[in-house]
Amino acid sequence: MRITCPHCGERDRREFTYQGDALALNRPAPDAGEGAWDDYLHNRENPAGDTRDLWYHDPCGAWIAVDRNTVTHAITGSTLVTKLTS
Amino acid sequence: MGYSGFKVIKEGLFGQKGWKPVWRDPEPKAEYDVVIIGGGGHGLSTAYYLAKEHGITNVAVLEKGYLGGGNVGRNTTIVRANYMLPGNSEFYSHSLKLWEGMEQDLNYNTMMSQRGVMMLCHSDGQRDYFARRGNAMINQGDDAELLDVAGVRREAPFLDFDNIRFPIYGGLMHRRGGTARHDAVAWGYARGADQRGVDLIQNCEVTGIDIAGGKVTGVQTTRGAIRAKKVAIVTAGRSGQVAAMAGMRLPIESHVLQAFVSEGLKPIMPGVISFGMGHFYISQSDKGGLVFGGDLDFYSSYAARGNLPMKEHVMEAAMTLMPMIGKAKVLRSWGGIMDMTPDGSPIIDKTDTEGLFIDCGWCYGGFKAVPGSGFSFAHLMATGNHHAPAARYRLDRFRTGRGLMDEEGTGSQHNLH
Repeated sequence: MRITCPHCGERDRREFTYQGDALALNRPAPDAGEGAWDDYLHNRENPAGDTRDLWYHDPCGAWIAVDRNTVTHAITGSTLVTKLTS
Repeated sequence: MGYSGFKVIKEGLFGQKGWKPVWRDPEPKAEYDVVIIGGGGHGLSTAYYLAKEHGITNVAVLEKGYLGGGNVGRNTTIVRANYMLPGNSEFYSHSLKLWEGMEQDLNYNTMMSQRGVMMLCHSDGQRDYFARRGNAMINQGDDAELLDVAGVRREAPFLDFDNIRFPIYGGLMHRRGGTARHDAVAWGYARGADQRGVDLIQNCEVTGIDIAGGKVTGVQTTRGAIRAKKVAIVTAGRSGQVAAMAGMRLPIESHVLQAFVSEGLKPIMPGVISFGMGHFYISQSDKGGLVFGGDLDFYSSYAARGNLPMKEHVMEAAMTLMPMIGKAKVLRSWGGIMDMTPDGSPIIDKTDTEGLFIDCGWCYGGFKAVPGSGFSFAHLMATGNHHAPAARYRLDRFRTGRGLMDEEGTGSQHNLH
């Protein structure tokens, strides 16, 4: 599996550290309630198919949202997290 | 039809013509008391214990493929009860006792072999931890034996004791642990359930779960609608998709775990050896193949095949632990899909929908739990109360934070186990 870093181009998967579902970017408000925080921290859609998850590119230090298929391992896109959150 | 040594000899003399299919292939009925979604090890054992322990026989097991074709037929067959934390400790202790009586109970040769499970330690701190974990196992009523270096050498002289990074300081031996024939476990439970009247329905995929007024009423399948008073989701590896049919999102991410088998070799290993620091474990099957595996690939996946970096890591760990393995050839490898929960422990519970139950989240430890999980899940569905050894496997423990069982001590969030 090869992942495209927006800074460095297509690189071996071993250069990246996985951090889970990109849902982590949608942090609820502190007073959003127990249910919202439970969904944020624990509950997952966990799709068999297209998903978006977070990877850290160790050499350049970029956080990347990667569009990926969990059944085929095909990588279809990658975006710098700073572009999604700014 | 019962099995016996006499029957084997008789069939051998008369051309093996007397064997018959050991379960029926029924059409699904319009309604059952209990529908179990998933004909793997846990689903089949649940059906068996519902019938045997609770007399509930109007039961269907719905399997989208063939019985035992999922993770129960593709694991590394290790059976053990060497957990430390309350919650896990009593559950796996109960499950191991069921393993010990399984062949007589099922009248089926599951090749249960208590050849011992030995974990290795490589530092003083890890040895102290093993002493504590061993005491917890003994307090639970199971067996544990702290081995010094000479003790490990007696068991497995072929290990690299003086490895510069991971010198062997000792081990924790659990002699009642071992291995079993994985397919036979599924077949034995299937046969036992069928004999008691359970309908095992293969090639029948559930496509919807019917809920009316907060209560489950049945399921939609590729072979028609089936009404049911109670429905059990036992589909580890695909739990999220099935639970979504009931409007649930689970605290589960699916990950791939790889395993490997070498070509057949003469007997060289006494039991199961676990090299935790290398995320590596190994045993030798009765056919002679070395069966070994490593850690998760550590990204969510349903591909049922892993990538090369983890293969490389596993082979490196193998060479570190026992250099002689370098002369063996890998015959095949595969990847199984694991239900990973945030704390690394499973779930056996009711859901918010009345009559809908769920058994999932077995992480990479589902095989040894097959009898215990079925027994406790059947108890929960039949009586409405949690079975004592599995009473802590609650679905809401993540939301409330009460009763988390983080056996590895790494924290209760995804991607840490």
